[in-house]
Amino acid sequence: MSIRIDSKICIGCGRCHDVCPGTLIKFDCDHRAYIKYPRDCWGCTSCVKECPVSAIRFYLGADIGGQGSMLHTEQEGEILRWIIEHPDGRTTEIQVNRKESNQY
Amino acid sequence: MKKEFLHTDVLIIGGGTAGCWAALTIAEQSDRQVLICEKAHIRRSGCLAAGVNALNAYITEGHTPQDYADYCMHDAAGIAREDLLVTMSERLNSVTRRLEQLGLVILKDAAGNYVSRGWRNIKINGENIKPLLADAVLALDQVTVLNRVNIIDFEVQDNRICGAYGIGIENDTFYVIQADAVIVATGGAAGLYKPNNPGFSRHKMWYPPFNTGAGYAMGIRHGAEMTTFEMRFIALRCKDTIAPTGTLAQGVGARQINSLGEVYEQKYGLTTSERVYGTVNENQEGRGPCFLRTEGISDEQQDSLMKAYLNMAPSQTLKWIETGHGPASQNVEIEGTEPYIVGGHTASGYWVDTGRATTIRGLYAAGDVCGGAPQKYVTGALAEGEIAAESVLHFLLDCDHASIPQEHIDAHLHEIGHFLSDRNTLYTTEQLEEAMQTVMDSYAGGIKTNYRYNAGQLALADEKIRQIEALSDTLHASDFQELMYIYELRERLTVCRSVIAHLAARQETRWHSFAEHLDYPDRDDAHWNVYVNSRMENGEIRVILRDLVTGKGCHYEHQD
Ligand SMILES: Cc1cc2nc3c(=O)[nH]c(=O)nc-3n(C[C@H](O)[C@H](O)[C@H](O)COP(=O)(O)OP(=O)(O)OC[C@H]3O[C@@H](n4cnc5c(N)ncnc54)[C@H](O)[C@@H]3O)c2cc1C
Ligand code: SF4
Ligand code: SF4
Repeated sequence: MSIRIDSKICIGCGRCHDVCPGTLIKFDCDHRAYIKYPRDCWGCTSCVKECPVSAIRFYLGADIGGQGSMLHTEQEGEILRWIIEHPDGRTTEIQVNRKESNQY
Repeated sequence: MKKEFLHTDVLIIGGGTAGCWAALTIAEQSDRQVLICEKAHIRRSGCLAAGVNALNAYITEGHTPQDYADYCMHDAAGIAREDLLVTMSERLNSVTRRLEQLGLVILKDAAGNYVSRGWRNIKINGENIKPLLADAVLALDQVTVLNRVNIIDFEVQDNRICGAYGIGIENDTFYVIQADAVIVATGGAAGLYKPNNPGFSRHKMWYPPFNTGAGYAMGIRHGAEMTTFEMRFIALRCKDTIAPTGTLAQGVGARQINSLGEVYEQKYGLTTSERVYGTVNENQEGRGPCFLRTEGISDEQQDSLMKAYLNMAPSQTLKWIETGHGPASQNVEIEGTEPYIVGGHTASGYWVDTGRATTIRGLYAAGDVCGGAPQKYVTGALAEGEIAAESVLHFLLDCDHASIPQEHIDAHLHEIGHFLSDRNTLYTTEQLEEAMQTVMDSYAGGIKTNYRYNAGQLALADEKIRQIEALSDTLHASDFQELMYIYELRERLTVCRSVIAHLAARQETRWHSFAEHLDYPDRDDAHWNVYVNSRMENGEIRVILRDLVTGKGCHYEHQD
């Protein structure tokens, strides 16, 4: 269970670092974020949702059945778009309205 | 290493659910100064990081707080505190209304009433519940929040708490905090037992792996009385992702079935522990794997489930989508997790009076760290934060002022200096953590033994945990984050010792799986309708049996 941060996209704002409940994200000498302890990631996706430039991808480890898809979010007002990129290039998107309650 | 000395009226250890609420309550009712020390950052720390699915504890129309307390007492087979459950239940609805005012989205019907899921549960969008709480706390002038400060020990003199010691894990600072009263709200303990997936995804567990039982361990070492550590919590979860199952069971009515397609729930019963036990047994008898029967739900239901999981456990939605098998086309496989100690689900934790005062004077407990009141969940943790805060305000009206002697400070500095000193050590913190989890898994009723144990195994577990405890003295940290990892390991080892002592003490099997003693496979009401409590004295855990606190309107004060 872990995340991957694309250092080419990261603008070094520090928000992912702030929200990580495990203090797992650090900065390299160019002020780009990286995950220092990937095995310690809880998979809460707090960092993913916080990143203003969608530089963070979340994936399932192979040991729990991960198949190489990556999840990230983009935000537009109250709409949180969850985007899954499949290894074959397809994407799946689910939109969640943050002002709408769960039905279950 | 930098050093900082701070003073405050009230120190809150852990800025999670209960800790944030306690701070809000104090600010609302007084002008006392509050300091919150949080090992992560209050915006997304603790249980609420990913979001929650529903408010699991709410009194719906036609029901009373006593009904909720009765339900919890029944689920715990009588080993819970009725005074704590009732006082908590009385506040469930008022904290919910306040949460809504803070911005939590709660589903309402056309008439404006909350929509319930069953009789004690309401539907929400809980994705941003923690940022809402954090924003409310950060807006308060009288509350100071220190993020990334991990508390490593209490300062206690003659059984009176005077403050605590902490380490700033990203600023290399040693903190000494003097406080007239302290609320401990550090949550429960994960990572004691070998997890379901011990490899790369070892932290893909239900309970936050960063709640390491610090509050329990610090209290145990200072002789606080603890209760019911034998009532472990084992969650029934979606396989691999360890995502919650309640949304499927209660949301779309999915039943538990074995590999033959038979619904097996009725065979074992429907209490929380029986649902786990049934699943373990079906597997053991060759009818596994087990599933929640979701096949055949409508596409609409499936879409709603996909969204609901994104709001609390996104890995499950990712799994459904990347495998191409959503719940409508494939039943969801389930498994039991490794055992946790968590007083918000079962009754383990500090032994408190009705006002949530622990047996250490000036120290109050709230949330998962506090014992006696299972099934408190989010709203119950908030209610307890409020009760503890009100008790603290009362205590402060006429209390002595705390002070911290220099030699106690020096002793802590010496210990930290030792761990940070350059040495060649054989073992790493990670290796000892693995060793601890292996011992607990094999000898103290982990996944490996289907959660079962006997007295001989527990004796071995105790011996081995003590050996690892001794080895932990030799560990080396190269920075303050590694230093925190050493303290976390040592906290877990202390909690393990208490769990082992409690499992050995309760010589019956009252809750299958949660505490399944093979030497005493039956429930024994004649002898064990009591609380198993304990206190550490001279490094040894002494068990104390106490009478049940039950009956309408009951109230409990510490006796000795
Ligand atoms: C994954 C998950 C899903 C859940 N879903 C639901 C749900 O849908 N509905 C529901 O009603 N309940 C749910 N619950 C239960 C509920 O969230 C918890 O019972 C409740 O939040 C516990 O509150 P707490 O304050 O005790 O712990 P937390 O909120 O975890 O707070 C503990 C805080 O202490 C900090 N801390 C720990 N040790 C130290 C230390 N040494 N120094 C400084 N800080 C420290 C932690 O970082 C954390 O911020 C869920 C729990 C989990 C884990
Ligand atoms: S997913 Fe959660 S635990 Fe993992 S790195 Fe991001 S914020 Fe930290
Ligand atoms: S939130 Fe995104 S942009 Fe900001 S530091 Fe993290 S990865 Fe970089």
